[in-house]
Amino acid sequence: MKIHEYQAKELLKKFGVEVPRGQLAETADQARKIAADLGGMVVVKAQIHAGGRGKGGGVRLAKSADEAAEIANKMIGMTLVTHQTGPDGKEVRKVLVEEGLDIDREMYLGIVLDRSRSQLVFMASTEGGVEIEKVAAETPEKILKEYIDPAVGLRPFQARKLAFGLGLKGDEFKNGVKFFNALYQAYVSADCSMAEINPLVVTKQGKVLALDAKINFDDNALYRHSDFAELRDLNEEEPLEVEASKYDLNYIRLDGEVGCMVNGAGLAMATMDMINIAGSEPANFLDVGGGASAETVKNGFEIILSDKHVKAILINIFGGIVRCDRVAKGVIEAASQMNINVPVVVRLEGTNAEEAAKLLEESDILFEVGRTFHDAAQKVAASVSR
Amino acid sequence: MSILVDENTRLVVQGITGGEGTFHSRQMLEYGTKVVAGVTPGKGGQKFEDKVPVFNTVAEAVAKEGANVSAIFVPPPFAADAIMEAADAGVALVVCITEGIPVLDMLQVHKYLANRNTRLVGPNCPGVISPGACKVGIMPGFIHKVGNVGLISRSGTLTYEAVKQLSDLGIGQSTCIGIGGDPVIGTNFTDALKLFKQDGDTEAVVLIGEIGGTAEQEAAAYIKENFDRPVVAFIAGRTAPPGRRMGHAGAIISGSEGTAKEKIATLKAAGVHVAESPAEIGNTMQKALA
Repeated sequence: MKIHEYQAKELLKKFGVEVPRGQLAETADQARKIAADLGGMVVVKAQIHAGGRGKGGGVRLAKSADEAAEIANKMIGMTLVTHQTGPDGKEVRKVLVEEGLDIDREMYLGIVLDRSRSQLVFMASTEGGVEIEKVAAETPEKILKEYIDPAVGLRPFQARKLAFGLGLKGDEFKNGVKFFNALYQAYVSADCSMAEINPLVVTKQGKVLALDAKINFDDNALYRHSDFAELRDLNEEEPLEVEASKYDLNYIRLDGEVGCMVNGAGLAMATMDMINIAGSEPANFLDVGGGASAETVKNGFEIILSDKHVKAILINIFGGIVRCDRVAKGVIEAASQMNINVPVVVRLEGTNAEEAAKLLEESDILFEVGRTFHDAAQKVAASVSR
Repeated sequence: MSILVDENTRLVVQGITGGEGTFHSRQMLEYGTKVVAGVTPGKGGQKFEDKVPVFNTVAEAVAKEGANVSAIFVPPPFAADAIMEAADAGVALVVCITEGIPVLDMLQVHKYLANRNTRLVGPNCPGVISPGACKVGIMPGFIHKVGNVGLISRSGTLTYEAVKQLSDLGIGQSTCIGIGGDPVIGTNFTDALKLFKQDGDTEAVVLIGEIGGTAEQEAAAYIKENFDRPVVAFIAGRTAPPGRRMGHAGAIISGSEGTAKEKIATLKAAGVHVAESPAEIGNTMQKALA
């Protein structure tokens, strides 16, 4: 689960992570008031989930409260396009107004999961404000890493190593160590799956703060944090995906024209690949789960058909413990209750696959039956080009 | 003949009285697996299906029934604890089917298992089967065929698809291992390849990977240096967009890491026969064995 920068900073603050003073504004008037209260130079930052906001004009400096209001007025309602939003961009609905800082240095700090080692790793670099992947590729020696033993957490010596490695001295050093510990506490307490502070800034007064903050939560751990539900911003999500989540369907919208409905995530991905190999492109990822009941199939049809780019549908179900004839009956039942105006190719493999194919062929609905995985993909691609 | 599970497997099912646990315990018994005990805290003393004793703790199941493998069907909030309980009781192999365990819980489990003699397979996996001998998990047993090809996969139904292709071509399997779709798992591709290497009867291996992480690349490095039997691979997700979780918690391209393209190229460079399409996994193995 992704959250906004302002939400991440509010969360971090609770754990003692130093962040700039600031507040969220949804109107120009609110922005003016916040800027006036902060006094002096302020920064107005568009709140969308995608990164790269600065380059797209989503982060701007204001010298006065009036200027902050003027900038907020232009920013709220504008469509911000960054390398992460896609060409359509994202509408800005809120801005974060923050105090301007006397920045001395910009650095990088992140906590991520190292999957190869099954350990969390603190990553820090003196190269802040740029993409860490670029630093990792070009100057890997500039990235400091501290692996965390989950039994004991981030040890003080590790926090000191990071602070020394970043060249922090005096007050900066003390503030840095405190910052690292607080960030680790926030990460584990909130079940984060990623925390990135880029840039981490050191001010001329020796303070260490999170100028930006990107935090993702582990979806599997959300049951432990019922209060996080209110942090979800549906405006940031694809409407069809929001709709699908209401039915507990695992759906991701893509750009192609063949809608697909599959049981199991791996087979769903493989089906997308197969559509591509057959010369067409998948319109979505959809895993209807192992059972593929009539109801889930019906909901799946609803979602897929709401996407106007869909020109054909491929249903690919491997019936293992669930019998194919039962799945076929569900598909027929679902289809008969709806107005399906695109060709549907169905491929059922596994237990009672023959009976299932017969049921589909004999039904009143015009299904094409794919005899093999390959055959089904060919048939659906052909129906698109017709 | 096989790895991990066989005729000597004495299975304890943790969560045997729950919906999933009950259904699949029946299926495993039907396949011929020796389900010797169940564990549900508070339900000790009951009998499952009038024959399998249910205990309050895994330790009792080990002491009284000699359980040496555990299958876990308990809900996500309790699954990490269930794995640790099985390890503490000295169970040699724990197969965790549960999907949805928090990552931080799994990091604790990983650390807990580091200095114990327990192997974990999963979580979020279909389990392990040695056809004809023993099934520990939720896979449909009938699609399998006794034979000499090992299979390692991060997926469920895609694995069944591959197994059926193999069986239809007359290519049987020694053992099929679903290693799981999560970012933190107990047994990875390389671990499983090392086990197959020690099994003289496994003549070739199918590896089914997907986007996310670098486990396939690590396996490719191992294969290049240490594994001289034919390996066939398929990587799912070449059409998956970056930054999106494709169903499995671990199936996500982060930045430029974990793309199908890179995995396929690395495996090919290590001499692995990569099936270009998911419909050609069986054929590719047939050619590799010829």
